[in-house]
Amino acid sequence: MARIQPTQVPEAGDTGGTGGEGRGPGRRKAMRYAVPVAVAGVAAATISLVPALADSGNPDLPKITAEQLLTKIAASDTQTVSGSVKITTDLGLPSFLGGATGGGSPFGGAGGDDSGKGRKGSGSAADPKAQLTQLLAGSHTLHIAADGPDKQRVSIIEKAAEYSVIHNGDQVWAYDSSSNQAYHSTLPKSAGKAGTDHAKQLPDDFPSTPQAAAQQALKAAGPHTSVSVDGTAKVAGRNAYQLLVQPKGGDSTVGTIRVAVDASTGVPLKFTLTPKTGGKAAIDIGFTKVDFGKPEAGTFQFTPPKGAKVTEDKADGAALNDKRAGKDGASALEGLNVLGADWNAVAEIKAPKGALPGSDSGSQSGRGRNDKNVQGLIDSFGKHVTGRFGSGTVFSTRLVNALITDNGTVYVGAVNQDALLKAANAAAK
Amino acid sequence: MSRAEAGTVPVVRPLSSALWSLGLFRSELTIVFRRWRTVALLAVLAGVPLLVGIAVKIETRNGGSAGRGGGGGDGAGPAFISQVSNNGLFLSFASLAATLPVFLPMAVGVIAGDSVAGEANSGTLRYLLVAPAGRTRLLLAKFTAVAAFCAVATLVVAGAALAVGAALFPLGDVTLLSGTTISFSDGLVRALMIAALVAASLVGVAAIGLFISTLTNSGIGAMAATVGLVITVQIVDTIPQLHVVQPYLFPHYWLSFADVLRAPVYWDDIVKNLGLQALYAAVFGSAAWARFTSRDISA
Repeated sequence: MARIQPTQVPEAGDTGGTGGEGRGPGRRKAMRYAVPVAVAGVAAATISLVPALADSGNPDLPKITAEQLLTKIAASDTQTVSGSVKITTDLGLPSFLGGATGGGSPFGGAGGDDSGKGRKGSGSAADPKAQLTQLLAGSHTLHIAADGPDKQRVSIIEKAAEYSVIHNGDQVWAYDSSSNQAYHSTLPKSAGKAGTDHAKQLPDDFPSTPQAAAQQALKAAGPHTSVSVDGTAKVAGRNAYQLLVQPKGGDSTVGTIRVAVDASTGVPLKFTLTPKTGGKAAIDIGFTKVDFGKPEAGTFQFTPPKGAKVTEDKADGAALNDKRAGKDGASALEGLNVLGADWNAVAEIKAPKGALPGSDSGSQSGRGRNDKNVQGLIDSFGKHVTGRFGSGTVFSTRLVNALITDNGTVYVGAVNQDALLKAANAAAK
Repeated sequence: MSRAEAGTVPVVRPLSSALWSLGLFRSELTIVFRRWRTVALLAVLAGVPLLVGIAVKIETRNGGSAGRGGGGGDGAGPAFISQVSNNGLFLSFASLAATLPVFLPMAVGVIAGDSVAGEANSGTLRYLLVAPAGRTRLLLAKFTAVAAFCAVATLVVAGAALAVGAALFPLGDVTLLSGTTISFSDGLVRALMIAALVAASLVGVAAIGLFISTLTNSGIGAMAATVGLVITVQIVDTIPQLHVVQPYLFPHYWLSFADVLRAPVYWDDIVKNLGLQALYAAVFGSAAWARFTSRDISA
């Protein structure tokens, strides 16, 4: 039987016919294959060009000074907001640490998508303290909504799951959908507001006008910090000024801090911290979508679903209040001491004896072999140093350096290694 | 032949052309769904929710929730499994999440891979081409039939899961991932949306399968190549070192259908997924067209 030749006419509506002149069939074929190639090419061009176009084009805004911008921030009375926030942290932590906090894929690293699963042994998976550490590594998307000081909600978007913290009046709920567990705590009536509204906890000399606040902030920045307005930017489709904060000189590992401030409302939209060593931002928090309208009231309602395991927070109101005020760390670790000031501040933490694996007291406690392994692990990604403080191990990340001495004292700071050792030496005197 | 067409076709052209397309599509649908192979595939797909439902039922017989509870350790079970025992509707979501990575694309790969190559192999393709339908339209009819299979396969999974879920577990108000509660009927609407999204997620695989199918005369070869590609691409999608290419892989945003269950619905990844599927359909669909219309059908 004769071969059936390809149709001549490419249009969709045409009926097929056989034969044809056969002039340049090869060329015709090539022309046809050009279609998928062209489609792919156009798509690739669109994908690579559109974000570039969206990012470029800094808006034209009237020039203002740093003080005016700070005044704008302080004067901002925006109470309602909802939107998506993207948090990217790249602190340069060893990747397996990220994996340990973030669950991780079979190939290790790049974790964060399905966190909370490795920690189910230790209390509720919905406990905020257990969940929020995952934000320390990798990239996360958050949904936030707020309506005044009494109603807020934050949700961490995970793969096919979500972790939400909902605050409504004196009720605080946390819900982890992947494990179907909820966490509940009741704020004492009086502390309900103060717990989250930071303005109410500030000391009495809190500046009463936005201008005063701006001036005070600039004064506090002092001789060690330069604060300036560095052009404009577009964040989440809104025009914004860029506030640039830079430590002057010093041994800080912080390079620059950029805060994009919404030009019309004065709400900070994006925060970027770049380490002095350059490269990618260590911390990048910014709105990808923002709406200053009032969120629906139902957004802040939560009833634990049927069958969900609810963990009640047993801590009484006072303890909770302490925690909210940031004294959590201080009360848990006796002997927290801040050495130096400004950007060069180093925290000195005297840990209880034997608390640290690999410290001298620890290795004598009978579990020698085990501790040696831990010590080996610590040594493998730390650097051994000696000084007036004795000997210890330095851990470096892109932003934070930490020194753990053999007698269990920890020095942590966003300063370079030399400055950290100097501070430790001075403290050990 | 062209003489005969010239006589009849131009007179009733618009109507007959539309009828031709419809008839062609109908005959394609019949070919696809009358096959025992297709019926068996759908039966397997319907069996998955049944299996998951019974497993969850047994595990939660003495109370407690599935997934985290029983000795699973890290990352146990597919998404939504922990809510299944409290609300049967979640079995739909869990089953779709469980079948989307392997079972559904495999079934679509089998149907799409066989669509052209199978007919070329059995020798029926040239008879189809003798009919004055045109290759482009034949290909479109085949692609539409495969897309229809995507929808049917998804609905079979979702429907079977809903039936099993209703039989084994209580139904009621649905708590979304964000902790917001919606009524059961709203939950059903969202389940329908999810089924539509899952079906749309399979369009990319369908287009790739159709393209591979036009390359060869061996139906089995085309099926195996399509299914193999689906698996390979999903492995690539999990290797962190290859994160640069991952946003362009067709399975990358598959699980985005879960974003329908958030409040507010998180559209970013859903839109990306649909765009990606449309792109794959356009690129591989036109590649299939280029190949099919310029190919010699010798058998």
